[in-house]
Amino acid sequence: MGREILHCDANCFYAAVEMQRNPDLRGKPVAVCGNQEERHGIVLTASYPAKRRGVKTGMAIWQARQACPELVVVPPDYPEYMRISGMLREIFGSYTNLVEPFGLDEAWLDVSGSRELFGSPMEIAEEISARVKFELGITVSIGVSNNKITAKLGSDYKKPDAITRIMPNNYEQIVYPLPVEDLLYVGPATSAKLRRAGISTIGKLAECSEDFLSRRLGKMGLVLKTFAMGLDPTPVHPCDHVQAIKSVGNGCTAPRDLVNDDDVKIMLYLLSESVALRLRELAARCSVVGLYVRDCELASFTRQRKLQEPTCSSAEIAETAFDLFKRNYHWDMPLRGVGVRGSELVDTTNGVQLSLYADSIKREKWEKIDGAMDRLRHRYGYLSIQRAIVQTDPLLAAVDPSQHTIHPVGYFAG
Amino acid sequence: MEERRIRKYVPVTLRVDENGKIRPLVIEFDEQHKYLVDKVLDVRRAACQSAGGVGDRFTCRIQGQETYIWLEKGRWFIAAKPEYLTPDEAESKPET
Ligand SMILES: [Mg+2]
Repeated sequence: MGREILHCDANCFYAAVEMQRNPDLRGKPVAVCGNQEERHGIVLTASYPAKRRGVKTGMAIWQARQACPELVVVPPDYPEYMRISGMLREIFGSYTNLVEPFGLDEAWLDVSGSRELFGSPMEIAEEISARVKFELGITVSIGVSNNKITAKLGSDYKKPDAITRIMPNNYEQIVYPLPVEDLLYVGPATSAKLRRAGISTIGKLAECSEDFLSRRLGKMGLVLKTFAMGLDPTPVHPCDHVQAIKSVGNGCTAPRDLVNDDDVKIMLYLLSESVALRLRELAARCSVVGLYVRDCELASFTRQRKLQEPTCSSAEIAETAFDLFKRNYHWDMPLRGVGVRGSELVDTTNGVQLSLYADSIKREKWEKIDGAMDRLRHRYGYLSIQRAIVQTDPLLAAVDPSQHTIHPVGYFAG
Repeated sequence: MEERRIRKYVPVTLRVDENGKIRPLVIEFDEQHKYLVDKVLDVRRAACQSAGGVGDRFTCRIQGQETYIWLEKGRWFIAAKPEYLTPDEAESKPET
């Protein structure tokens, strides 16, 4: 039995919400940016006119302004994005109870059982698209397929405000030429390995021999091949977003082995940045910071510490994780990867002023982070930071210490 | 492209029925202009394209004319033509 899966992705979500509520912004290059008071903020989402001028997610504000001097910079309003996100899910939920959110602005829907009541998957997609426009004043791109991975490729294929159906009869024609990085789960580390082996497109990955892939990438290579062939069997997991999210984590296999405290510190600051960003997206703070460490022989351990007060500051999360690290690792051998997790989340939607960074965090802490980011960018390239910006809960298993594979993730919101 | 309007937040007199359903009775455009709502014709979630904003849109019949009024985050607004706004309202930024 074939399944019918939709992947719906709100286009330039934060910027679209801002342009909806302020018509004066429409048609202009707009970027929603974090932390502009301190002049260290980055672009969280850019409007299409801004993107066309070279403004990208993850850019520092000053860089964005350099690319586009008339850029309108808007601070983020997470409670408002969550409100609209909730309404988006109400729309999705009126067609199926199998809705799996992926971040605030994306979701998979399994509409296999919805045909009788609501029509074909394409009809449902068209109705969702029209309702989102009418009810919320923003647009979505929708991918329609028989599995989650391909549906996501479909929603990425054409934007904004588009519907792409990818089924076995047009699969090779549409998907095979796409760069291998378009595949969910192919992050920078995996991409580098694949490209070194001459595998630059999804088609080449699909046609690569299993032998070769398992030698180069282990088990993950075989999983990726099935994804590339459009054979993702994973079900759509329904969950209520905030309640269901117990923790927010991000782990990463380093682009090379980590050999000293400085290397680790850089990675932890980078990962904490994405954890903090994710917390702020959820309008949550974490009360516990967890550290995960894996060495070159794949031995791993975790440590965690309860904070005096819940935080969503990347500096505080990173410092806690780094302190845990220094107390618990003594460099018997280089490391392959580290992970950071914030857990025991508390809701800050009501009452707490959602300043992007806790007031108590001083400027010099931020400068440290920026320094680390700069060094990292210098060492591993600019994308190393963008790539890590957002990691969402279906992938939290990636930092599960019971598993030895940490999936690098080549996905970020925008 | 729809004509640009401005969100004008207005005081509203409400009736709450035994099921908790609410219905606007009087809309106060300003001190001199308080309008009786003859009938609520429709309620649905809708974006206000012309002025921005997302909420429950009430289609009301007022003095024989159909008018929209939005309930967003507990406040009521209408999409007013800029020329009907007081200078204060016209200058004030749409959102907090
Ligand atoms: Mg999006």
